Amino acid sequence: MSTTAQSLHEEMFVLNLGPQHPATHGVLRIKLMMDGEYIADAESVIGYGHRMQEKMGENRTYAKFLPNTGRMDYVAAMFNTHGYVCAVEKLAGLRVPERAEYIRVITAELNRVASHLLWLGAFLIDLGGFTPLLYTFDDREQILDLLEGLTGTRLTYCYYRFGGVCNDVDDAFLAGSRQFVARMRARMPMYHALITKNIIFRKRCEEIGPITAEQCRKYGATGPVIRGSGVAYDVRKAEPYGAYPQLDFNVPVYPQGDCLARYMVRLDEIVESLRLVEQALDRLPGGPVMAEKVPRLLKPPKGDCYFNVESARGSFGVRLFSDGTDKAYRLKLRSPCFSNLSLFRECSRGMLLADALALLGSLDLIIPDIDR
Amino acid sequence: MAHELTWQIVRVLLYVVGLIAFAAFNAAYLSLLERKIPAWFQLRYGPKEVGPWGLLQPVADGVKLLTKQLLVQAESDVLLFKLAPVMVVVPAIMCLALIPFSEVLWARNINVGLLALFSFSAIHVLGTMLGGWSSYNKYASIAAARVVAQNIAYEIPLLLVMVTFVMVTHSMNLFDIVQQQAGGFWHWYLLRVQASPLMPVAFVIFFICMLAEANRAPFDMFEAESELVAGAFTEYSGMGFGLFFIAEYANVLVSCSLATVLFLGGWQCPFGLLPGLHWFLIKMYALCFVVIWVRWSFPRTQFYGLLNLSWKFLIPVAFLHLVLTAVMLKLF
Amino acid sequence: MWTYFKELGQGAWSLLVGMWITLRFAFQRPVTVQYPYASLQLPARFRGHIRLLLDEQTGQHKCSACMACERACPSGCIKLEGHKPEGATKRVVKTYTLDFTTCSLCGLCVESCNFDALDFSKDFNLAAFKKEEFIMDLVKRAEQERKK
Repeated sequence: MSTTAQSLHEEMFVLNLGPQHPATHGVLRIKLMMDGEYIADAESVIGYGHRMQEKMGENRTYAKFLPNTGRMDYVAAMFNTHGYVCAVEKLAGLRVPERAEYIRVITAELNRVASHLLWLGAFLIDLGGFTPLLYTFDDREQILDLLEGLTGTRLTYCYYRFGGVCNDVDDAFLAGSRQFVARMRARMPMYHALITKNIIFRKRCEEIGPITAEQCRKYGATGPVIRGSGVAYDVRKAEPYGAYPQLDFNVPVYPQGDCLARYMVRLDEIVESLRLVEQALDRLPGGPVMAEKVPRLLKPPKGDCYFNVESARGSFGVRLFSDGTDKAYRLKLRSPCFSNLSLFRECSRGMLLADALALLGSLDLIIPDIDR
Repeated sequence: MAHELTWQIVRVLLYVVGLIAFAAFNAAYLSLLERKIPAWFQLRYGPKEVGPWGLLQPVADGVKLLTKQLLVQAESDVLLFKLAPVMVVVPAIMCLALIPFSEVLWARNINVGLLALFSFSAIHVLGTMLGGWSSYNKYASIAAARVVAQNIAYEIPLLLVMVTFVMVTHSMNLFDIVQQQAGGFWHWYLLRVQASPLMPVAFVIFFICMLAEANRAPFDMFEAESELVAGAFTEYSGMGFGLFFIAEYANVLVSCSLATVLFLGGWQCPFGLLPGLHWFLIKMYALCFVVIWVRWSFPRTQFYGLLNLSWKFLIPVAFLHLVLTAVMLKLF
Repeated sequence: MWTYFKELGQGAWSLLVGMWITLRFAFQRPVTVQYPYASLQLPARFRGHIRLLLDEQTGQHKCSACMACERACPSGCIKLEGHKPEGATKRVVKTYTLDFTTCSLCGLCVESCNFDALDFSKDFNLAAFKKEEFIMDLVKRAEQERKK
């Protein structure tokens, strides 16, 4: 009897959440040790999308690295460019004009809304509800059209430059942004009625995938993950940059730490971003959008700096070492999704597979951002 | 005497062929509707290219399924593997043979029609289980086990509601049940609150149980998620998969027809004017629309949520309904 | 006991509300555009592959082969050569090859041009059978545009 019980217990099998996913996570492989229906251990295997971005940062001049920044976290590309550009500006001592700072805030917050809308659709698909994806993509299309009118590209914007932005906004963009803010505000009650209050959705998210603040601190998780566990850490408030000190916004925090808390944080962040866009539009000053006398070939003085921005997924950091030449000596990118993913191993122990997938979805991972 | 017998046999054969054609045609075009209706909900067009309005899309899908190689694994139990799809389709069509479509259009009218129908519809669970088990694939076996648990859990409230129903109608003959609902829509069993105040609730329970029996809508854990593979049908390709597909839609058809016959008055007109086959079809397809509507509006339940719903909510409410009906029958 | 019924009631109501919302959307017009039967308007700043601009008055290439774009390109997709034709006072571009297979549409070349000779085209229907068709000869394309 004891031997059969032992052999039954040893019947753990390895299940591969292979590099090809039915969901939109990307190329991530997770080796799950399953004990029947429950997960005993989960090991993530990353690197399928490693493109040596950090090495490319050393091989190119500062300006030539700009398109790469949009390709890492492509859904929220503005933030990565923002982090890199601000790091270089800090090293080189460039002062960005006010108008450019406000434009950066507007475009970054619109990108945050677009990123959260995509996450919302993808999360619901993970749970099995296919319809809200189409509604979120309809809203996201409005943002992409706006940003396409401004920058010329829809996903991987190469819009910020050292010392400002490359194009000025036009009236069509300003009017369109206001219209979008009004439209999105009117849509939020629909999302809450269709999804948030839905009993099936609540059963799949409430008290599922609990992450404590201590676990977040251990793994360095930031962004909506840590704000959904009760810690009010937002880089825009903790280490303000750009035009954020002059703007008034709240940081949504929910203490429960389950999937529903992270969901609510992101939905509330959409509303806060809309508020930020509206304020920035109201306060947009005149003036140039590019700093004066920015050298063509930037050679920042020797030194190093660290700059982090609040990306849609967490704190995206850039550590830049300059040795006085036109190429960086070392470029280190701190990816928010990497830290968020490292939570998965500890938090998924003992969970059912379907719940673990809900947890993975709620972490909002973009795998090329992990692999860089 | 022999003339009468041959006529009966020919009639039944004609009906069987007709019903198989009906089931197959509906499976094909319900699958097209299954793509068009969510397209309307999702602010897009559905299939448009193949034929006007996408009407030839099911033909294209059928041709695709027919041209695939039928792979059978060496280690799988070949007989059961090939038998399983058949075991799932045949009961559904047999159930269709018991349903009266109109006053003159019915295949067999059995006195215990309701009982026979539920007996037949329970066989498809065995078919799915065998399909999963004989695939020699651990994920398929797990998925098949889940299907059995789900179906057993949802058979019970279904049968409780049916027991209550038979108490009210005093008959299991489907033809008589429809005749009892003649008149206007206030005679329909859905609204017969004088028999039991929870009759509309019984309809809702019946509907939810039928959704779960057909493995559809929010209860499709088995075919959609199940360890991210296709569930018990993983190893089936080509027409084997096609048969399961037809069986799913045939089950949906049977459920909707049964709901129409039992609760919505069958072929009776809502205002008692022109009864006929057309009313039956309208009501049945309206219910099919609701089935598709429900599927595309909600996310999937978890497996234990599904079982909880049945054991903790549907069965107590069904018992309550049973007791209330008994009390009402005794008193009035 | 009360929470049991409340949860049941609220849950059922939330499901009905959800179904009502999806039904409402079913009566709205689809938002998709049936490409290729219909096309969308491209914005003015749309980033297609770059093209050489011609001076409106003289009809000559604005590009004077200063190589600023070739130096600015992060992917090394621009190769150009200039020459000074007889009787001309300044350099003019002779050949300009864009390897579109490596271009990331970053726009650094357009910005680096001192003579405003580069611009984004609105060309997005780019499908070809051979890779060579994406090695674009921009001088030839500009000539074809001039003829139109």
